[in-house]
Amino acid sequence: MKAFETFETPTAARVNYINAEYGLKSWLLTKDHKRIALLYLGSISAFFFIGGLYAMFIRLELLTPQGDLLSSTTYNKVFTQHGIIMIFFFLIPSIPATLGNFLVPMMIGAKDLAFPRINLLSWYIYLLGGIITIWALLAGGIDTGWTFYAPYSTTFSNSYVVATGVGIFISGFSSILTGLNFIVTIHTMRAPGMTWFRLPLFIWSHYATSLVMILGTPVIAITILLLAFERLAHVGIFDPANGGDPVLFQHLFWFYSHPAVYIMVLPGMGVVSELIANFSRKNIFGYKFVAFSSLAIAVFGFLVWGHHLFVAGQSVYAGMIFSFLSFAVAIPSAIKVFNWTATLYKGSISYDTPMLYALGFIGLFTIGGMTGLFLASLAVDVHVSDTYFVVAHFHYIMVGGTLLAYLGGLHYWWPKITGRMYPEGWGRFSALVVFVGFNLTFLPQFIAGFLGMPRRYHAYPPEFQVFNVLSTAGASILGVGLVIPFVYLLWSMRYGKHAEANPWHLPGLEWRTASPPPTENFFATPVVTWEAYEFAPPEEMQVIGRLKDEGLEVADAVIDGKPL
Amino acid sequence: MAEGITVAHEASHPALQHHFENLEQQREAGALGMWVFLVTEIMFFGGMFLAYTLYRTKFPADFASASNHLDLTLGAVNTVVLILSSFTMALAVYSAQVGKRRNQIICLSVTILLGLTFLGIKAVEYRDKYEDSLFPGRLIPGRPFNPAVQEHGQLYDKHKLHLLPGATVKHVEMFYWIYFAMTGMHAVHMIIGVGVLLVILFFTWRGRYGPEYHNPVEISGLYWHFVDIVWIFLFPLLYLLGRHLEH
Amino acid sequence: MQTSWIPFVPESASTISGKVDALYFYLSGVTAFFTVLISGVLIFFVIKYRRRSPFEIPRPIAGSHKLETLWSVIPLIIAMSMFAWGAQIFFENSRTPKNANEIYVVGKQWMWKIQHSTGQREINELHVPTGRKIKLIMTSEDTIHDLFLPAFRIKADVLPGRYTTQWFEATKPGTYHLFCAEYCGMNHSGMIGSVIVMQPTDFDNWLSGNANQQSPAVAGQQLFQSLGCVSCHGAQGEGGRGPTLAGLFGRRVFLTNNQTLTADEGYIRESIENPSAKVVAGFNPIMPTFQGQVTPEQLIQIISFIKSLQVAGSQAPLPSASAPASSAATTPTSTPQHNPK
Repeated sequence: MKAFETFETPTAARVNYINAEYGLKSWLLTKDHKRIALLYLGSISAFFFIGGLYAMFIRLELLTPQGDLLSSTTYNKVFTQHGIIMIFFFLIPSIPATLGNFLVPMMIGAKDLAFPRINLLSWYIYLLGGIITIWALLAGGIDTGWTFYAPYSTTFSNSYVVATGVGIFISGFSSILTGLNFIVTIHTMRAPGMTWFRLPLFIWSHYATSLVMILGTPVIAITILLLAFERLAHVGIFDPANGGDPVLFQHLFWFYSHPAVYIMVLPGMGVVSELIANFSRKNIFGYKFVAFSSLAIAVFGFLVWGHHLFVAGQSVYAGMIFSFLSFAVAIPSAIKVFNWTATLYKGSISYDTPMLYALGFIGLFTIGGMTGLFLASLAVDVHVSDTYFVVAHFHYIMVGGTLLAYLGGLHYWWPKITGRMYPEGWGRFSALVVFVGFNLTFLPQFIAGFLGMPRRYHAYPPEFQVFNVLSTAGASILGVGLVIPFVYLLWSMRYGKHAEANPWHLPGLEWRTASPPPTENFFATPVVTWEAYEFAPPEEMQVIGRLKDEGLEVADAVIDGKPL
Repeated sequence: MAEGITVAHEASHPALQHHFENLEQQREAGALGMWVFLVTEIMFFGGMFLAYTLYRTKFPADFASASNHLDLTLGAVNTVVLILSSFTMALAVYSAQVGKRRNQIICLSVTILLGLTFLGIKAVEYRDKYEDSLFPGRLIPGRPFNPAVQEHGQLYDKHKLHLLPGATVKHVEMFYWIYFAMTGMHAVHMIIGVGVLLVILFFTWRGRYGPEYHNPVEISGLYWHFVDIVWIFLFPLLYLLGRHLEH
Repeated sequence: MQTSWIPFVPESASTISGKVDALYFYLSGVTAFFTVLISGVLIFFVIKYRRRSPFEIPRPIAGSHKLETLWSVIPLIIAMSMFAWGAQIFFENSRTPKNANEIYVVGKQWMWKIQHSTGQREINELHVPTGRKIKLIMTSEDTIHDLFLPAFRIKADVLPGRYTTQWFEATKPGTYHLFCAEYCGMNHSGMIGSVIVMQPTDFDNWLSGNANQQSPAVAGQQLFQSLGCVSCHGAQGEGGRGPTLAGLFGRRVFLTNNQTLTADEGYIRESIENPSAKVVAGFNPIMPTFQGQVTPEQLIQIISFIKSLQVAGSQAPLPSASAPASSAATTPTSTPQHNPK
């Protein structure tokens, strides 16, 4: 068995994208997608840290029912800012702007994204939006909830709504530009032989994500703009006193913000498809079904926003249609879960850290997705909407789903990105801690929600305390579980073991070049002659298959003296 | 690169960026990128079209009365101006494709002038609305929304709002908010378009574009046509919607 | 608050809460089944097919259309059963029964103002009898609120400038939570109260013990006079220069623009605040607007009065309001007019 054909630089003293140039300027003015990915990685980590601090205050406040740690005004600002930072500045850019930015060109055999300057611009736009938002938070904060519902946000709130809105408006364009860049790159810059159905599923899911980004984000941009003008000039477009309709705001808001959930989770699904296939050395079961289910989710995702408005005065018939469509959108997600599970069948499964995260993802995403059915179901949603049930549900999708996939992907590609290995033992340990802490945090919230505890409550009836204490305990464990990787990943950048070009022995294009890769990714333009997730050439597979059929032990087969 | 020098090998064309294999791939990427961008623009305007549709259905008489107060002549002239500019833009792209630099410079200049004409007429319209106190809410400090209303039986006055039965000033304000939001956003796009064309004009003058490489001219043309098409929708929706109910 | 006999299930105290719970248990059962199934299979595969040698390469398996169909169709059928069940309960419950007692609810930052059709006012408390259908007609004075009664499994947003309704029939006496479930600013978590469900006889006692309050219809009648509505619509809504109001509620109305609509709370409110929007056929748009002159609560009172106006002769007229028209709300009157039955 031969090692995979590579496109590495032949010389021993390699120049890679990190040591190609030195100095701050070479980073701040870089057009290399890999460097831009690292710029994003640094900034979203900072935002994640800030959002995490807010989460800590929320959990500490809710430890007791009286609401005695923070004032109600402060608490309202804390949960609002937790949501805004985490959603707009962490979850939405998380996987696409870091892992996607780094890997989309490499996985399709391109030298860079189609528009490198636009890519850099998107980071600056993101940063500008982030800085404006942080300024607004420091200057006085915002207390409208991350949903900005009118007329509270336009008329009654005394906080920095406009400044925060401007920050989110601006950062939205970074998301649009990233999506645009991915779509054009995937369409026009695939290496020779890299057909659509040879693309890794990570690419398919990023393609679907990009569709949502370019179609949805402009709508939230105009919505926030209208909201800001309504607040400044008070013309009444969302104000019933002037004939406006506050529910119009909710429709426009959720037209983006429901698909935005898919911006967050689709890239995670792409990462998990990679991890499941590669760490069980199996091609993905039902490749086309998994690929097209991503597109189906992106398309159907635009048709279900009304399930956020079942109790908002929407008509009964609209409610029924949106409920029906919301159930329909569950099917592509179910297909993915079943296919991932089937991929493991008769695989060769390793227990490396990324795989632990991927397995955790499947379990938690199943719970998150299934509890979504409660909210799609009209009669049950009437009871549980706006309660902690909803909070638990979307944290299962966004933390249990997206964050776990992000961490899994970060560990998986860490050797490629930095050229160093992370400490495997610590990795597995922290994956376990994150999983336990996460479940302890959010499982009790399902119960509290069904029992009737409304969300966004600063003080609550004492009978809910037991669930909140459990939740806070879980959040502490989760916090520890997230600090550990932060520390050892930073440590490994300097002290970690040097990584080989292909430490996991995988066939993907990104593993067929050096770690870290050179600036143009490949020494020569790769020519793709293999299918996605093809772990050995077909003729050799036939030989192995025949040997296996004859009952021979071929597990230890070593060909050309090199293990696969 | 001076005009007239043909490049023997595409790969060595100075406009080819390092990460593309050839000019064809670069052209394809640029065009697709612009199309995708235009899709986002449609969604951007789509939010406002939705608000328009909703409130127009809710307040038909108010919207018709408000629309009748707009200056139909100026709106129509502007429509013609923009359609003409699209024509000259298309000619500019064609001239670039066949390598007629002089024609391209003329067409681009005319397009820019027509764009500026549009903006000038728009400014006149805005000034009229300012004088009639039609800027909604507190949009203009010191000039809140406060139009004069034509009472029944009064002599026709074009500065006064003629309310159709069932219309109220409050909801006329809603129309004007949507009018300013949509035409304002359109004008911002026009200003950006003129800026882009000025850059293109500069590089045309420097002789950068020819039959081999004229990608930027093409995609700026796409953008310009898009902005025109938005106006083609705005004009009937805003200016013509209530004409059949006039007086 | 009492707890239910089943762990982790809230107290069930209305006629629909049992139906909602049954669906909830079905959904929970399916969720538990699939979670256990998938994690079980996952764990089984992960152990059984663990990597035994670093060099092993498993045989590729392309996929199976049969399996794909199976695991698309079965979840689809299950999902559709959930949809149908949930939609059926929701649809059934969206129709308010005709004979329901009406209670008016006004939400404002950060309190609930409640008034019974017999005049009793409450703040952050709602007394209701068992066994009678109660319809809540709700509006907001400022931002969006949401009246959430977990023990009854109902919830609906309370919007400014609009009326939303929800109804229930309580089954079990007791004190239950009443929450605001739509974030509404600083004291959102303080905008809570309780529903006190009583036996019908206790409730009637409670009503008569608090009877020295004016019913909203009577207060509305006083407003009807003090605002000058009588001059065009007549003292008992018999009409004149303005259209007849007696028997208007729930009737079809023909408009000048050739449209028709059914007169509901929203239409009456719109006609008070923006009279020229929907003018009744045969009338001129001469009515002035009352926007800003009447509070949401007063609007409810006027609407309640108009609702009480039946076609002449079908019902005894209300006692004419003899008290001065101003500060009508605090004026005590005689016996309540509507006996909830």
